[in-house]
Amino acid sequence: MSVIVFAEHAQGVFKKKSHEAVQYASRIAAAMGTTVTAVAVGTVGNDELQSLGAFGAAKVLHVADARLDGFSSRPYAKVVVAAAQQEGAKVIVCLHDTTGRAVAPRVAARLRAGMVGGAIADPVTDGGFTVKKGVFSGKAFANVSISTDVKVITLMPNTFQVTKGEGSASVEALSVSFDDKDFAVQVKEVTKASGSVPLSEAELVVSGGRGLKGPENWGLIENLAAELGAATACSRPVADSHWRPHHEHVGQTGGTIRPNLYIAAGISGAIQHLAGVNGSKTIVVINKDPEAPFFKAADYGVLGDVFEVLPRLTEAVKKFKASH
Amino acid sequence: MKILVCLCPVPDTTTKIAFSDNNTTFNTQGVTFIINPYDEWYSLVRALELKEAGTATAVHLVTVGKADAEPVIRKALALGGDEAIRIDTDSNDPYVIAAQIAEYAKNEGYGLVLCGKESIDYNNGTVGAMLAELLDMNYLGFASKIDVAGDTVTVNREIDGGDETDACAMPLVISCQKGVAEARIPNMRGIMAARTKPLKVVAPAAVDAVSSITSYEMPPAKTGVKMIAADNMDELVNLLHTEAKVI
Ligand SMILES: Cc1cc2nc3c(=O)[nH]c(=O)nc-3n(C[C@H](O)[C@H](O)[C@H](O)COP(=O)(O)OP(=O)(O)OC[C@H]3O[C@@H](n4cnc5c(N)ncnc54)[C@H](O)[C@@H]3O)c2cc1C
Ligand SMILES: Nc1ncnc2c1ncn2[C@@H]1O[C@H](COP(=O)(O)O)[C@@H](O)[C@H]1O
Repeated sequence: MSVIVFAEHAQGVFKKKSHEAVQYASRIAAAMGTTVTAVAVGTVGNDELQSLGAFGAAKVLHVADARLDGFSSRPYAKVVVAAAQQEGAKVIVCLHDTTGRAVAPRVAARLRAGMVGGAIADPVTDGGFTVKKGVFSGKAFANVSISTDVKVITLMPNTFQVTKGEGSASVEALSVSFDDKDFAVQVKEVTKASGSVPLSEAELVVSGGRGLKGPENWGLIENLAAELGAATACSRPVADSHWRPHHEHVGQTGGTIRPNLYIAAGISGAIQHLAGVNGSKTIVVINKDPEAPFFKAADYGVLGDVFEVLPRLTEAVKKFKASH
Repeated sequence: MKILVCLCPVPDTTTKIAFSDNNTTFNTQGVTFIINPYDEWYSLVRALELKEAGTATAVHLVTVGKADAEPVIRKALALGGDEAIRIDTDSNDPYVIAAQIAEYAKNEGYGLVLCGKESIDYNNGTVGAMLAELLDMNYLGFASKIDVAGDTVTVNREIDGGDETDACAMPLVISCQKGVAEARIPNMRGIMAARTKPLKVVAPAAVDAVSSITSYEMPPAKTGVKMIAADNMDELVNLLHTEAKVI
């Protein structure tokens, strides 16, 4: 018996959110009196595999097959199922991102295991197994109880603080036999997203709405984001008008994010927008209309013109960074 | 080539969410239901375009839901589609939904099964990939463009940290998001035609739920906004550091 966690990496380096998932899995394992086995696929160095030990993994199962360097749900799910069966896993953790959301449901269906997508808390295990997740696009939470012996969870990235500890995981090769069908998806082209911080993982986000007036003014958002080391986001009409790329669109019909800080500039705060961002720990709203609904959902509000406030805020952050 | 479009009824996006029975039941009183925007705006419209282009021979719509889902199914039929199937059961367990659709679809020979990226009520994004597993099909999630040439489907999709263009032979399950198509509005002819289109009701298969929602919670209310003078951004930065502790 153990807890399995699927650890994603980019070009052989584990992502921060994978560290978070390993640590999450290690808390679940501790509560169950067992250990964590991480699963990694594709090309990753031995030191990097061992380094998951510092986040709570006792063991790492590695499927080194280079065909797994590209993501495809079918062979990845096969790997996770094989690892879970070998380890007799009772809980399987993946990330609630584009990879985990394609792999975990396949694993759950294969094992006929109950699944919770987008967990935001440790499972409650007094008697049952209940996991909290956001529903109605951030307007509420649900406690979902899983009744099967094996449980599958996808963890919402950026839910927990990650602390690096000591320790090194033991690494074992896992052999999985694939067939041609597993690699039926041919990758034609890969384009890396622009921007240094991926939105789904960002702790700080600066977001702009129609109040910015046009794409030519986005330098104001980007400068503040660069100064903070933040990712950039936008409201739906901004993406619809092609001022910004679609993947920056947050809200009920865009991405749901939970950063530590969400700065909304020139965004009115429509219910559909709030749905995607109200899980943010701290919200700052900059708007020139005192009646803007966003102020009701904000922690800090600035009543003013974004064209004046954003440069001032950027300067203030610069000054702060210089003295800290 | 036949296409199956999975349509999920969800509360309208403006709905104020409330619960009853000691926070164990979503209160649907006075709630208007719509088709999940990802399903209506993207999957359904793309399926219709493929039929209009002569690539698809038929577009079928499937919903797992009780009779109260029929108005939104008729609305989808008004946009287009040849027939609708309603699997007569209600569940918010994604496994049950996927298993019901798989049970119906397995012998129907669909070339493409289209889902939305996620339902805006339970936000799982789970049904599509489960369906692919249960139907033993390939799955491409988070598509923003879908093209079909002969037996091959080319899909642009979001992957972690970027975008990817993939090619795969049918049959295939795809989950759709923005970019796949432009939303349409039903016209009068469509609305009239929808009245007489077949809406088959299928009895559910015996599938046990593997998860259930035991209770709901509302997010903690904000304690009130602290207003900062627009010419004092040093103060804001200071509060973000010392009070909110986020920078
Ligand atoms: C089914 C459905 C789904 C939707 N999904 C989403 C979603 O996922 N995400 C989303 O964002 N929206 C969504 N919407 C749209 C949503 O209802 C709003 O229309 C949208 O969020 C408004 O965007 P905005 O705040 O940028 O623009 P506006 O509503 O036009 O607001 C602009 C704001 O900027 C302020 N402003 C203007 N000039 C300045 C200035 N110089 N300085 C300071 N402030 C200024 C104004 O006071 C105003 O508050 C959805 C709508 C529907 C019907
Ligand atoms: N009750 C349902 N009936 C038909 N399709 C559904 C149903 N629920 C979910 N789906 C499909 O699965 C997608 C993802 O839903 P979910 O996994 O609930 O986020 C939706 O966009 C629909 O295409």
